[in-house]
Amino acid sequence: MIVIVGAGPAGIGAAQSARECGAEVIVVDDNASPGGQIWRGESRTLPDGVRFVSCARVVSGDATAKTLLIETAEGAREIAYTKLILATGSRELFLPFPGWTLPGIFGVGALQALAKAGLPLRRKRVLVAGSGPLLLAAADYFRRKGADVVLIAEQASRTSLARFALTMLRHPGKLLQAVQLQSNLFGVPAKHGCWVAAAEGKDRLERVQLRRGTHTFSEEIDYAAIAWGLVPNTELALLLGCDSIAGTGGVDVSLFEGRIAGFLAAGREDLARELYPRCEKALQFAAALDRAFALRPEIRRLAQPETIVCRCEDVTFRRLQDCGSFRAAKLHTRCGMGPCQGRICGPAARCLFGWPDAASVRPPVLPARIETLATVSTSAH
Amino acid sequence: MGQNGLQGSAAELLVIIRINGKNFEAPANSTVAVALLMAGQTTFRLSVSGEVRAPLCGMGICFECRVTIDGQCHARSCQIPVREGMDIQTA
Repeated sequence: MIVIVGAGPAGIGAAQSARECGAEVIVVDDNASPGGQIWRGESRTLPDGVRFVSCARVVSGDATAKTLLIETAEGAREIAYTKLILATGSRELFLPFPGWTLPGIFGVGALQALAKAGLPLRRKRVLVAGSGPLLLAAADYFRRKGADVVLIAEQASRTSLARFALTMLRHPGKLLQAVQLQSNLFGVPAKHGCWVAAAEGKDRLERVQLRRGTHTFSEEIDYAAIAWGLVPNTELALLLGCDSIAGTGGVDVSLFEGRIAGFLAAGREDLARELYPRCEKALQFAAALDRAFALRPEIRRLAQPETIVCRCEDVTFRRLQDCGSFRAAKLHTRCGMGPCQGRICGPAARCLFGWPDAASVRPPVLPARIETLATVSTSAH
Repeated sequence: MGQNGLQGSAAELLVIIRINGKNFEAPANSTVAVALLMAGQTTFRLSVSGEVRAPLCGMGICFECRVTIDGQCHARSCQIPVREGMDIQTA
């Protein structure tokens, strides 16, 4: 039995490979339908014969006993595997700035996910800001949903992106997509080397202060979609003792790595090898993207002493700045010890303070019901 | 937005949910977070120091969208589809 955690591009790719080799496959995902974040609402399907466990949170796992503990609305249960593929995807990188906790400020993929779940954007004044190729794709989506995209603010410089455009000549498919997006977004104000410095409002977002070089200006908006890149969801992999984690690379890398993992899990290394060159090319593109959208130092200096960094426990920048490590921050301030378990503040703190240690991972990797945890102790004895 | 219902196309299937004791119509295929935002609810929860908070990540990671659904607290509203008769309490 091959168990795959995550039904995004990588999970779907892995399931395809494994099924082609005749393996029995279970796919577990936190969402109601397959597709992950990138294909949310596009009715993607898993290959025939795959058992799909939806709306399921993987709470814990045991690499020795080869089991996962999952929680669904119906209750908790254990799933046994012979091979396990973790295709847990990415979340967005959120970095603190004054006012970033105000209602009305979302991630970029976040606002897209909410719009796909039915949130009306017609006539809403939306700012899209932060960094990465997702900004343009999301802005295009918001506009098609009737939003008034007041500005796309990309922190990367024009020079950096121009250099990246040259790289794209080696990836004609990507170039075509980019040209298409640019033409769709014709008329939407876009600024490079521009970022959100602060948000203001009484009990909800009303306006943002933006900076470009030494110039500061403000925009009155209804919603802000702000994210600074992607962070891989590695918690389960770390819990299970994986020492080499592939990370985030975008949809093409995910598909290839998923396909490869599926073949390897089914014992067909020969088929996996055939995909290595194409996967390598996708990885090169991902690396070029990372370089092009590298964060400028100003972004790391947006938080003020009283800006909250850990939103679960309301820990301010001031209380964290002398901690020296994430572990010390947890012990002294409860940073990263709330329900998200450091998923939001962990990457932010590493980016802000350069702390070497990752958030340590212990079961349960997500908040779980007490009955679920009882399932573990029962099965352990 | 008025309390007498949420906007949506006539063809859309609607369910009735209760938000803080008041009835609202919500598209049957939406999530609780979206239904709350459509109903004009800007605050979902209060933080440990009393700040107002609402969804951030939209994908079940950040736990900022926590509300109480049918008596069960700390439910992630962005990951839960609406259901007829659902009773939702926010901060």
